Amino acid sequence: MPAPALTTQLLNLGAALLLLSSFAMLSQRRILSLVNLFALQGVLLTVSTAIVAYSSGATHLYASAALSLLLKVIALPWILHRLIARLDVRWDTETQLNIPTTMLIGIVVVVFAFALAQPIAQLSQAVTRSTLGIALAVVLLSFLMMITRRKAVAQVIGFLAMENGLFFAAISATYGMPMVVELGVGLDVLVGMLILGVFFFQIREQFDSLDLHNLERLRED
Amino acid sequence: MRAQDLLLGIFQALLSIAAAPLLLGWVNQCRAWLQNRRGAGVLQPYRVLRKLMHKDAVIAHNASPLFRASPYVQFGAMCLAAAIIPVVSVTAPLAAAADVIALVGLFALARVAIALAGMDIGTAFGSLGARREMMVGFLSEPALLMVFFTASLICGSTLLPVIAGTLAGRAPILYPSLAFAGVAFTMVLLAENARIPIDNPATHLELTMIHEAMALEYSARHMALVEWTSALKLMNFMAIGLALFVPWGLTAATAGPGGLVVGIAATALKLAVAGAGLALIETASAKLRIFRAPEFLATAFLFAVLGLLVHQLLGS
Repeated sequence: MPAPALTTQLLNLGAALLLLSSFAMLSQRRILSLVNLFALQGVLLTVSTAIVAYSSGATHLYASAALSLLLKVIALPWILHRLIARLDVRWDTETQLNIPTTMLIGIVVVVFAFALAQPIAQLSQAVTRSTLGIALAVVLLSFLMMITRRKAVAQVIGFLAMENGLFFAAISATYGMPMVVELGVGLDVLVGMLILGVFFFQIREQFDSLDLHNLERLRED
Repeated sequence: MRAQDLLLGIFQALLSIAAAPLLLGWVNQCRAWLQNRRGAGVLQPYRVLRKLMHKDAVIAHNASPLFRASPYVQFGAMCLAAAIIPVVSVTAPLAAAADVIALVGLFALARVAIALAGMDIGTAFGSLGARREMMVGFLSEPALLMVFFTASLICGSTLLPVIAGTLAGRAPILYPSLAFAGVAFTMVLLAENARIPIDNPATHLELTMIHEAMALEYSARHMALVEWTSALKLMNFMAIGLALFVPWGLTAATAGPGGLVVGIAATALKLAVAGAGLALIETASAKLRIFRAPEFLATAFLFAVLGLLVHQLLGS
């Protein structure tokens, strides 16, 4: 078997680490570490994008990499840190299920994602096609994280991680979306984050906690 | 099989049996240095073994023959395992007969032997230790098997020497799957050898001990064998890890005595580094509560399965 090119190897490694960071987020109990892991995932995403840009010669991907560096490594974690400090939920711990069970469900989700991506990847001609399954797995794992978390901040981080997965999927399937779409999505995420930040304060004002189970008992008084 | 291969294999097994206490001493010495202590020297395990060998054995009245036989069974199983694992050369005399799955079985045999002995006397500590040991064992075994399966999928064989030979012969490739397997294997190594995140080999605290609890009733030569077995188990695990993840420097089957010297030197160097790394991990981490051990091992299993899945998808 001939050895694949070094860029492909590095890209595979980056994809695998991205999957690992998803699992790390899934198993994290503390919200502050969750934000740090999210920033780490952003770094991995940036590096992977830059590698794809280098290996495929698609120069507009460098702009995508810079965008994700600015947005996902610097801006969003900074906003989240500020929010967490203001809300004083730094050492909040919460999970719905116990960690090993969540992990095992996560493995099942990954198997499902890989099986789903296999036929799609066959159609693609890109060198990055084999990482599509990992991108899908990252999306589904973020879904799982949103489901298993109880507090609002962790659910929002799950949402942001899902966007990471979608971004990676776009890169690995078609070498990235058109720049306009990418800018639009990036801006949407940023604005969504700001609005959700306001929501956090409203939720806490109303219920004295960020536990979203309280929202299930809403009634007209 | 040539007679020369057989001799080489036997030499290799004897070498790892003889060097096992030295490795343990080295790990303990590194730990002492990292904790700003002077330590007892790398030869201390040999002194302990000699002292124990010269003492008279005391055995409880209600001990069955199983209690006496258990140390010999454990030691035998570990020696057999040492003969299967490529330590300095990819030639191992029993390798063709026993693959990695048989190896896991040998480890399980040793574990069952000591757990039975722990329960045999009927003290509270013994059965407590045996229960904990079986819990750790049943959680770490699937992870260990998954690690082996990942490596054998890459190399197309479940024989350890073939895996090591294939990986050493290839140009270095980044294998994300093997990296995951490596992390999982390190975690399994810590758990199986009663090292710090799971168990502390240096204390006798009844709340936490696992391995020590089962061996409490042993004395003299039996104790020496139990200690030697646990040192040999560490040696075997380290050798497996080196063969799977850093196989460079192992001598080929056809190399002469010069190649053998190179192989021994390379292995000694790698073991020294790995031992220092182990001491570093143990110093840097705190012991987990026993109820957190399943979480630790579930993570190891997760890593191993992820390695397998990543290999299936990325083909590397």
